[in-house]
Formats: sequence, C-alpha cells, structure tokens
Amino acid sequence: MKKILYKTAFLLIFFVTGTCTGMADTSFINLATTTSTDNSGLLDILLPAFEKDKAYEVKVISVGTGKALRLLREGDVDVVLVHARSAEDKLVADGYAVNRRDVMYNDFVLVGPDSDPANIRGTTDATNALSRIVASKSLFVSRGDTSGTHKKELQLWEQAGITPKGQWYREAGQGMGKVLQIAGELDAYTLTDRGTWLAYRNKVSLVIITEGDKRLFNPYGIIAANPARYPDANYDGAVALINWITSPAAQNMIGDFTIDGQRLFVPMHDPLQSTK
Amino acid sequence: MAQLLDTSRQALGLLFSGDPALWSIVSISFSVSLRAVLIATPVAFLLAFLLAHARFPGRRVLISTFNTLLALPAVVVGLTIYMLLSRNGPFGDLKLLFTQTGMVIGQIVLCFPLLVAFSHATLQAADQRAWETAVTLGAKPWQAMLTLMYEVRYGLIAAVTAAFGRIIAEVGSSMMIGGNILNYTRNITTAIALETSKGEFAQGIALGIILLLSALLLNFALSFMQARDDAAL
Repeated sequence: MKKILYKTAFLLIFFVTGTCTGMADTSFINLATTTSTDNSGLLDILLPAFEKDKAYEVKVISVGTGKALRLLREGDVDVVLVHARSAEDKLVADGYAVNRRDVMYNDFVLVGPDSDPANIRGTTDATNALSRIVASKSLFVSRGDTSGTHKKELQLWEQAGITPKGQWYREAGQGMGKVLQIAGELDAYTLTDRGTWLAYRNKVSLVIITEGDKRLFNPYGIIAANPARYPDANYDGAVALINWITSPAAQNMIGDFTIDGQRLFVPMHDPLQSTK
Repeated sequence: MAQLLDTSRQALGLLFSGDPALWSIVSISFSVSLRAVLIATPVAFLLAFLLAHARFPGRRVLISTFNTLLALPAVVVGLTIYMLLSRNGPFGDLKLLFTQTGMVIGQIVLCFPLLVAFSHATLQAADQRAWETAVTLGAKPWQAMLTLMYEVRYGLIAAVTAAFGRIIAEVGSSMMIGGNILNYTRNITTAIALETSKGEFAQGIALGIILLLSALLLNFALSFMQARDDAAL
C-alpha cells in the first residue's frame, strides 16, 4: 500500500512538473535563492553565462531566505544563494551545508512617505531613524516573514533598544515588492533592499529617507548541500557554480550590473563604499 | 513520509499550546468570511428567486453568466479589487485597501455567483404548489417567496455552506486585498502561505487542520439540524 502511494505521488510530481529531470541527472543544478536576487534580474545575466561556460543547467527556485535555507536543510536543492549570515553559518555548523563563500554585498535603505512625518530625513544613523519613527508613532510595515530583510530589520530594532510592538508596527508577512506597495498605500516607513527598491520606486509613492549606515550593508553568501548527508544532491554542480560565481569573470559581471545606471550589488572583492 | 508525520505531530502540539496570535488569525478568517456570506446571501437569494420564477429579457444570459463566474479565480478578483481600491484607483479615497472591509468585498464577489447559481438550481426545482397555496391563502408575493424558500431550505443551506467553504479556503484575494498584516488582515489561508514561505511547515499544517476542523463542525451542526427536523416530521 505504502509503495503504491509513493509511486502515485512520484508519478504525479513527475507529470505535474512535466520535465524529465531524473534523480541522477547531474547536468541540472537546483538553486534556491531569495526573491530579491531573482527580481533584480542579476541571475538572468549570470546564469546563462555560467550555463554556457560549464555545460550545466540551473533551475532557480525563488523564495524567501527562510524557505530557501529550509529547502537546503531538507536536501531539496543543491545550492542556495541567500543573505542571512548567522542562519547560513548555523546550517554549516549543524552539518547540513558545506563550502560557504561570500559572493557580493548590497545595502538596505529606509524608505517612507515624502512628507516624512517622523522627521528623519538627513539622519544617516539607522537606529536613530527607527527611534524617531517610534517617537512620532508613524506607521512602519515589517516584512514579518523571517526573510533576510526581516532579520536585518529585527537586528536594527534590537540595536536601537526598541521592542517593535503596537498599533504603529504592522507585520505584513509578504515579499518585499508587496510590502513596498503596502507601505506606499498606508503612508508608512519600511526597510528594503536596494535592488527591490530600484525595481519598485516608480510604482510606489515613497522616497529614500535614510541610507549609507554601515549597519545597513547586506552580504550575500552561496552554500552547497552537504554531500555526506544528501548523496543525491548534485554536489559537483553546486561546487562548479560556487567556484564560477566567485571567479574574477563572474565578480566583474556582478560589479557591472546596473539598473537605471545604478549599481545594485558590490562584488566581494570591491570596497563597500562603492554602492553609492 | 517520516517528515510529514513529524510535521503533523508538531502541528498538533501547536494547536493545543493556545498561542494568542493563532487565535487572532482564526477569528479574522471567520469574521471576514461570515460577514461576506451574511451580506451576499439575501441579495443572491432574491436574485436567484427572480431568475427562477420571473420572466424577463436577458434572464438566460444572466444565468449563464453566473454559471461561468463559478470559475472565477480568486487572484483575478483580488487583483481587480486591488486596482479599484488602490490609492491611484477610482475608490482610493475610501482607504479600504489592506483592511478587513476590503477583504469582505473580495469574498462577497467570490461567493456571490456560487450562491446565485446553486440557489437558482434549488429554487427552479422547488414545488410550485407551495407558492400557489401561499398566494391562494392571501400571502403577499414576498411572503409567498419566503414560504417557497422555506420549503427548499436544505438546498439553500447547502448553497450557503458551499459559498462559505469557498471563501474561507481562498487565499488569492485575501492576500492581494488584505495584505496578510498580522492582527489586522492575516487569516488562516494567508498565514499558511506565509508559514510555508518561511519554511515553517508545522505551523502551516496546524492552521490547515483548524480550517478543516471548523468546516467539519459547521457541517455536523447543519446535518444535526436536518436530522432533528426529519425526526419532527
């Protein structure tokens, strides 16, 4: 009975996805990454170059950082590209993942309504800006989804010595683009990664209020599933991708990637200040 | 398989831990969907009655339209209402986007065709004699209509149950219009979507169990009522 169930489930999945990946086909790499990386369009530049170079095909699963890390932990993907340093290190320490490498940086910006009810504009101190939001009881929309951006936000509240709670603090539990829309509709502040901000700034009635604080920098890492734990994982493919994305050629492509003339990500070997 | 069992076990643990956030989510789900059904039902019944018993031009077109709207995807409803309620939309001034009222509107649009189509089928098949008898006994048309509806109440209740089932289980329009904001517009289904995206599968399963259990309770209550009625006859 159990066997039949397994078989039916397998066949179902097989037909629904409609692709004949096959468990042992090592020419495919499953990459889980954050919506921010995928939405920015960077992967559309990087991955075709990698695929041409190394004869692998990469399947991108674009989810929140929390789910991406979960997928890696369950062995459902071969490699992840995310931004949540402490959670990444924990996966490596717990033996689920190996070979973590820094790839690039981008930064977060605090955006809000042009009227700036909390009177923050001009401050570059991120925690001071947050304190002013609380003091003026202005609305703040949080991702609330344990994504990398949400973790960063919580870390900033902690550094500001504030427990975010109350009428003014709204936990949206959605992706960055949606949260920007919500903040725009509610005249609220929110913390966003610069990539998503650049993609959405013309669609929402918000402006950048604070940027440039060192605590707003955001490192991206790439990690492979541990082959000792998940022998089925395409470890060779994952390592090939990790080596390629940290190579000078790929790092240059990351540095050259712009949206509307603005550089989005700073490759690992570049000085941080050049985000501006 | 082991993972699924393990997740379900964790889920049951969560259910009985009495987490206040969990109950806020559950109550938002029920309050929004109940309001939507309560508002939509009287209007839908009246329209279904007219479609079944009145003769006017465009009647068949209307019936076909409502039958077609049964296939209306929740995200399309969500997107349309989102654009209407958005700051730049025609009703932006009402500030209804990302509120429970907005969600209620979306769910009314979703359940209305279902209520009309199902209750129309029921009323169409109703025994005409109930209507005629009531009229003969001096009932006004609206009283006769209520009499007829009472005769086919189980069919109508089934329509309401199906409508409620559709909207309490939908995620597309609640997510788009409500925005999944904790303590304001986060309901069971949007919370499941969120927990899944966070990789917290146990939370998602726990919420799924609540949704199913409450649907089960509702149906038990209805069949209990029906059984008591049957016994009284």
